[in-house]
Amino acid sequence: MRVWQFTEQPYHPVWDAVPGPLKNILPNGHIDPRIAADLYDQYLDQWQMCDDLGINILINEHHATATSMSASCTLPLAVLARTTKKVRLMSLGIPIANRPDPVRVAEEIAMIDCYSRGRFEMGFVRGAQYEVFAAMGDPVTQTRRFGEAYRLILKALTSHDAPFDWQGEFFQYRGVNIWPRCYQDPHPPVWMVSIGAGPGAWIGEQRARVATFLTGRDSKKLFDAYRRRWIELGWGMAPPEQFGYMAMVAVADTEAEAKRRAWHIAGYTRTQTRLAPQFNNPPGYTPARFVALDQRLRTDPAYVAESRTVQRSDGSRVPLYDATIDDLIDAHVVFAGTADQVFEQVRAYNRHVGGVGNLLMMGQGGDLSHADTVDSLQRFSRDVLPRLQELRVDDYEPAKASVQPIAA
Amino acid sequence: MAPASESTVQCREVSVEVFEQGAGRPVVFLHSGEGLAHCGPFLDGLARSGRVIAPSHPGFGHTALPPAFRHVDDLAYFHLDLLDQLGLEDVVLVGASFGGWIAQEMAIRSTARIGHLVLIDALGVRHSTDETAVEIADLFALHPDEVARRSWVEPQRWQRSATQMSDDELLVAARNRESLSLFAWMPCMVNPRLRRWLHRIDVPTLVLWGEADQIATVDYGRACAAAIPGAVFQLIAGAAHYPGVEQPAAVASEIVRFAGLPACVPASGAVLAGASAQAAF
Repeated sequence: MRVWQFTEQPYHPVWDAVPGPLKNILPNGHIDPRIAADLYDQYLDQWQMCDDLGINILINEHHATATSMSASCTLPLAVLARTTKKVRLMSLGIPIANRPDPVRVAEEIAMIDCYSRGRFEMGFVRGAQYEVFAAMGDPVTQTRRFGEAYRLILKALTSHDAPFDWQGEFFQYRGVNIWPRCYQDPHPPVWMVSIGAGPGAWIGEQRARVATFLTGRDSKKLFDAYRRRWIELGWGMAPPEQFGYMAMVAVADTEAEAKRRAWHIAGYTRTQTRLAPQFNNPPGYTPARFVALDQRLRTDPAYVAESRTVQRSDGSRVPLYDATIDDLIDAHVVFAGTADQVFEQVRAYNRHVGGVGNLLMMGQGGDLSHADTVDSLQRFSRDVLPRLQELRVDDYEPAKASVQPIAA
Repeated sequence: MAPASESTVQCREVSVEVFEQGAGRPVVFLHSGEGLAHCGPFLDGLARSGRVIAPSHPGFGHTALPPAFRHVDDLAYFHLDLLDQLGLEDVVLVGASFGGWIAQEMAIRSTARIGHLVLIDALGVRHSTDETAVEIADLFALHPDEVARRSWVEPQRWQRSATQMSDDELLVAARNRESLSLFAWMPCMVNPRLRRWLHRIDVPTLVLWGEADQIATVDYGRACAAAIPGAVFQLIAGAAHYPGVEQPAAVASEIVRFAGLPACVPASGAVLAGASAQAAF
C-alpha cells in the first residue's frame, strides 16, 4: 500500500474570528499575508519531510475559501518537484472543467513531470459544487466540459509528431504542440475522484485510478462498480493500485492524544457546512430531479441528507460534519490511535472494501499544529507504514464474490 | 373568451408546452426564468383582448432541453421558428425578465411577424462600461431570501416553500432553474453584444418596469427604453421584478392600450364558466 500526505492548506486562524460562511463570500481582507506565508512554509515543510519518510505527496485546490489556500495545485507541486527526490507527487486534482485553458494544464503537467523526472501522477476533478461560482463555466454543461478537456489534455500529452487542431464543443485551438512533453511514457498515471458509486463504471472504462474521500464503508460500492466494469470489459480483476481512499489520520503515543489530534484535523469536516445556502446546490450541478427530491425530503424534519452521512459498523448512519471522533473511527473516516490501533483500523477498512492500494492521508487538517503534524507523520512512517506492506492479497479476496457480472 | 388549453408543440424536433387562451390578435408571452408560476391572472386578463399564446422555452417546464442548445440565440431562433410554424402575424410580443431578453434577441433578428413589442423588467442588455458595475442582481449567487426581497413587493406572498409545492411543481421549478443557469450563468443574465443591435428593433416598443424592482432597478429600465428607438417607458406601481404577477390587471391594461387591442373580444366558442389560466410550467 502506498501512502500519501495531504492537507487542504487551510487558513484556519480566521475560522473562530468570524461567524458564518467561510467560502466564496468571506473577503480576503481577513487574511494576514505574513501568517499565510508562515502556514505555507509549514505545509510545504511537512510535504518536504515526507520525501525522507517514504510518504508520497498529494495536493488539491480550492478557490475563494478560508478552508484552503491552495488556489493552484500545480504551483506547490512544481516547488516540491524540485526540492524532493524520491516520493511521487499527485494533483488531486486539477478542476479541468472549470479551467478555461486545458492546453495550459497539459503544459504544466509536462513541466512538473520533467522537473520531477517522472514522479508526477495527474488527478482531474470536477470540483466541489461551490467551486462553480468562482469559475466561468455553467454547471449544466460541466460534465461535458470535463470530458472534452480530459480528451484534449490526453491528446496534447501524447501527440509528438505534429501539431494538431481542436474544434470541440467547448474548446477550440490551432496547432496544439506542447513543449516539453511528459517524462513518463505515454503520460503520468491518471486519477479521478468520486464520492458516490455512479461514476465508478465510467472511471473504470478510462482505466484511470479512482479515489474517494471520507466515504467509509460507502466507498465499497464505488470500487465494486469499477471492478465490475473491468470484468465486463474482459480486463480481469482491477488491482488495489487502482484505488485510493482519503481518511483523516493521526498517530500518537497514546490513544487519547491521537484522538485529540484527530479532532483538530476534523475541523476540516466541521467547516464544510459553513457555506451560504445559495452555493450548496448550483442549478445543473445536480440533476433537477435530484434537486426536487432533496427539497421534498428536506421538508421532513427527521430527514438527514444521505450525502453528508457515513455508516457506522452497526449499520446506522451519522452526519459526517457532526460526528464524534469515535463515530468517525467506527465509520472508517478517521484512522487514529497508537500505531497498532491505526494499523488495525486501516486493515479493517482494507478488508471491508476489498483492497485499496493507496491511503490518501489527511495528516494535517483544521488547526492541527505543525509540531503535532510532524510528530504524527514521523510515527506513521516509522511504526505503521512498514506494516502496511503486510496487507496480503488475501485481504482483497472478498471483493471477487461481490463483483461478478450481473447475469443477463 | 375562448377556453384555456395546454398542449405540447413540436417545432423542428424541439418540443415545448404551449398554453393558449382567448381569441383575436395573437399575444405571445415569453415567460421569465420562473416559468408561468403565478401568471394565471395576468394571462387571463390579456386573453380578454386577444389570443394569448404562452410557449415554454426549450428546457423549461416538462419538455426536454435539446442538447445542442447552449445560448440565448438558440431560444430566440427557436421562438422565431415557432411564430413561423404557427403562422402568426402582427404579434404582440410580450417578454418578462429572462423572457424579455429573448424577445429582444428575436426582435433584432426579425420583426416580420411582430407588430408590437412589450418588455416587462426585461434583462439581457449591458449598459454600463464600468466592468465592476452590477446592473442585474446575480440570481444564482445571492441568498434566496435576498433574491425574494429584491424580486417582490410582497415576498412572503409569492415565495413558496417546498411544503407548499407539489412534487411536479418542485421538479418544474428545479428544471427551470437548471435551464436558466445554462443560458444565463455567465455573462450573468446578459449578452454583452445585444445593446449594439437594439437599433434594429423597428416596431413600437413599450418598456414596463416595476417601480420597486431591485433585481434590475428603474434606472436600468430607463436605460433599456432609451436604447430602443422610440420606446415608451412606463412604471408599474406596487410591483418589483414581476409586475405581471403582482399587478396583473394594471400590466394587462397597459399592454392592451399600447397595442390597440380591443377591451374585450367576444367569445367565438362556448365559454367555460370559471375557466382560468392554471398553466403548470
